[in-house]
Parts: sequence; C-alpha cells; structure tokens
Amino acid sequence: MTSADVLQFVASGLQNGAIYALVALGFTLVFASTGIINFAQGEFYMLGGMLVAAGVAAGVPLGVSVAGAVVITSAVGCLIERAVLRPVRSAGPLALIIITIGCSMLLKSWIRHLFGPDERAVPPFSGSEPVALAGALIQPQVLWVLGITVVAAAGLTVLYRWTRLGLAMRACSISHDAARIVGIDTARVVMLSFGLSGALGALAGAVVAPITQTAYDVGARMGLKGFAAAVLGGLGDPVGAIVGGLVLGLLESGAVAVVSGTYKDAVALVVLLLVLVLRPQGIIGRHLGEKL
Amino acid sequence: MSEALVVDGLSAGYGRVEVVREVSLRVAPGEVVALLGSNGAGKSTLLKAICGLVAPWAGTVSIGHEDVTGRPPEHLVRRGVALVPEGRMLFGALTVSDNLALGAYAHRDPTQVRERVLSLFPVLASRLGQRASTLSGGEQQMLAIGRALMSRPQVMLLDEPSLGLAPRVVADIFDVLDELRADGIAVLLVEQDANLALKHADRGYVMRGGRIVMEGSARDLRSNDDVRLAYLGSWHRKERSDADLES
Repeated sequence: MTSADVLQFVASGLQNGAIYALVALGFTLVFASTGIINFAQGEFYMLGGMLVAAGVAAGVPLGVSVAGAVVITSAVGCLIERAVLRPVRSAGPLALIIITIGCSMLLKSWIRHLFGPDERAVPPFSGSEPVALAGALIQPQVLWVLGITVVAAAGLTVLYRWTRLGLAMRACSISHDAARIVGIDTARVVMLSFGLSGALGALAGAVVAPITQTAYDVGARMGLKGFAAAVLGGLGDPVGAIVGGLVLGLLESGAVAVVSGTYKDAVALVVLLLVLVLRPQGIIGRHLGEKL
Repeated sequence: MSEALVVDGLSAGYGRVEVVREVSLRVAPGEVVALLGSNGAGKSTLLKAICGLVAPWAGTVSIGHEDVTGRPPEHLVRRGVALVPEGRMLFGALTVSDNLALGAYAHRDPTQVRERVLSLFPVLASRLGQRASTLSGGEQQMLAIGRALMSRPQVMLLDEPSLGLAPRVVADIFDVLDELRADGIAVLLVEQDANLALKHADRGYVMRGGRIVMEGSARDLRSNDDVRLAYLGSWHRKERSDADLES
C-alpha cells in the first residue's frame, strides 16, 4: 500500500467520521439536557439530505435549500419535544425513548410518502473536479464536509462557553432542579437542545448527500453509527462526540483497507458492544459540564 | 406591617402521602424566622412547596401582595424568592464564577450584587476559577447562599445551612444571616439545631407531623419547656436529615 493509498483511506475515514461526529453531537446534546436517547436523530440526518434534494429538484438554489433544510429540521426537532414528548414527560425516560422510535418511523414513512422510495442525488456544493493532495485525489465535497464540521464544532464551543443559553444548557445537564431554582426555564432549554440536534443532523445529511446520494431510509444506519460514536466518546460529552465520530470513521476506513469492505458496517456495532461492556463512560468519559 | 411572604393553609405531599398539612406562616422584610421540627416534620417539603419545586395541593403562597401559588421556581426567582436547598444543589462541575453567574440568571446586570456577595464571603473571591465540587463543605454552603443572593431575593428560604459543617464555619454562615436582615431580606430558616436557629432568629414556628404546632418570638420559644424538651439539646438527632424521608 502506498502512502497515497493510506492518505486516501484517512481522508475517507475523516469524511465519514465528521458526519458521525455531527450526528453524535445531536445524540449527546439531547442526552445531556434530558437523559434520554433520541432515536429520531438518524431521521434528522435523513431529513437534511432529502429536503435539500427536494429543494434543488424544485429549482430552489442549493445554498437556500441547505439553509431551509437545516431550519425546517431544527423546527421538527423542537416540535417533537414540545408537542410529543413534553406532554408525557412524567412517563419516565424509557417511555420517552420508545416515543422517539415512533417519531423516527413516522418521519421516515412521511418522507417516503411525500418524495417516493427512490434514491435522490444532490449536486456537489462546488464542482466535482477532484483536488490532488499529496498524491491522493480528494473530492471538493469532502473538504466541505470537513470544513462544515469544524465550523459547527467551533460554533457549539462558542455557544456553550460564552453564551447565556450555553450556560443554561450546562446547568441543565447537571441538575434540572438546581437549574430551575436559579430561574432557568428548563423546558425551553430542552426544546432548544432538540432543535439544535435537529440542525446538526440536517447539516450532516445535507453536506454529505452529494457524495453518498440520499433516500428516505438512510436515517437508521446513520442513527446507529452516530449513536456508536456518541457512546464511544462518552454520552453527554460534546468533545467526546467529535472524537468518537472521527475515531469510528477511521476505524471503519481501516477495516475496509485491511479486511474487506463487507465488514464496514459491522465496525460500529463491534465498537458499540466493546465500549458498553468495557468502558461504558466512553473513551474520554467526562461530563458535559466539566470541561468547557 | 406589610409581609414579604405569606403562606396560608398550604398542604403538599408526594404521591398520596400528605407531608405538609394546612400550614400558615408569615415572614416580614428584614425578619429572620426559624422553622423548627424533627426529621420528617415536613419542613423541607414546605420550603419546596413555597418555591414551586413541589406542587401545593391546597392553600396559597403570596409574595408581597401577589398570589404565586403553584408557580414554577423559574418564575418565583423573578418574583424575588430564592431557595438555598437541602444538600446545596450546586453545579459541582462548573466553576464558582459560573455558579454565581447562574444565580443571577434571571437578571441582566449582576455586577453590583456580585461584589456584595463576594464581600459577604471573601473566601469565594479567591476560588472563582475553581470547580464548585472541589470546595470544602463550608465554602460550598457559602456558595449556595451566595448563588441565591445573586438573584437579589426579597425572600430567602434556607434549608439546613449548618448540616455537616464545623461549628466555626457555621458561626460564620450565621453571621451572614444578620447581614441579610440588615439588607431587608425576609429569611425563612429551616434548621435542626434549634438552639442555633433561635439565637439568630426573630421569631420561630415549630412543625410536627406536617402541621405548625407552636409559634412565638425566638425568646419565648427558647424558654418554652416543650420546645426545650423536644428540640433543644437534641444534637444526636442531627445526623439523619429530612432527606431520608422526603427525597
């Protein structure tokens, strides 16, 4: 294997890893503020891609389609919390988690009903002429994926560390009662976490769609990968989610290079099982409040 | 005299168990009122029902002249009610500075009150960048009170501030109560150590089985034989907190 081959695998690992990281961030934000796993997270990713495809097909400019997909999906996230989960909040975490599975099925069927079962293509954001980088050929869209992930991660850091809302989110991740007695409207913070995780998922789905194509049923697989990445990094830890996503992407890429492409999707499951058995707190194992 | 906090016929509980039964009490601005009673008497639940953490079943809570019964705590903070909860409920993973900032979450400009809090608890000023969980017990209690003060309360509900602390630290913390009185804050103080509470309080109520069974000036309560027998000098009962029964 030449060094160019290695670079090619690393680039593809980072590209997938960046997407897993964004989806994992969505899982982690909701988990931190509510203690539940939102199994509709994968569908946010699906919505991102499908809404962009639908927008472009309807003649809406690509940039506007992407922005629209992110905003609409974010609103769907808020709506799931406000209209579906909040009214039954007292039912306990397990019931809420099962409800998110229901939401996931609903979104998937609904999109299939609206846009049909076929795979959809999305044009690349800036041409498809590969860029030569140290002997490896990289699609420009891969650079978009990496760039947008970096920007999203930086934006989240600013939000968490320097804004009032970020402080409130960190407080909620520690204790809802403590947050309430200092005057934080925890219900609103929880809703915004769902909205934010919707935006992150949609962003991931939109930016990767030109590379992978998209369809109504891509959410479940991505949900699994993102969940594995979030668990790998330690649920509730945003930095861990990013690290977990990138590590999972690179592991998959390594498995494809060393073993066979057949087993690529098994890597996430193996990682998930190993982490849950050996190190349930994740490879970083910190709590959301601790490190920012 | 206009009252800062008026509780009238308040009942509350968990599930089907009524823990607070038809409690009425009042606290005036600048007054420190002690709420005495043994474990499980319903003192902590009463505080939670006043500040909205537990939904009251019956009765009313008024702040100033406004009926705030059943309002959520995030609303009551903005009406001037601050709770220093049992077990402190600090944001342990966050810094002292962040904890204070969160205390002032309901306000836009916390600079002045922050200076006041740091002057009441100078030790916090040297710990601003430290995580709250790394503070000593006494410092944590000071931070909990400081955080509550950051919301500029008119009514402060203090739940067992002396619990588990060394006597010297307790004395420091109770000295601050006297300063709060001078600031015109109405303080409702739940305290197992009745001696200590009555030394610093103006008036007191005694709870038993969820009801107020006695009330009077601090001086009268201290000299009352029943109170002396039941609550004064019962140090050995301090160890088990209400938390065992109520949370």
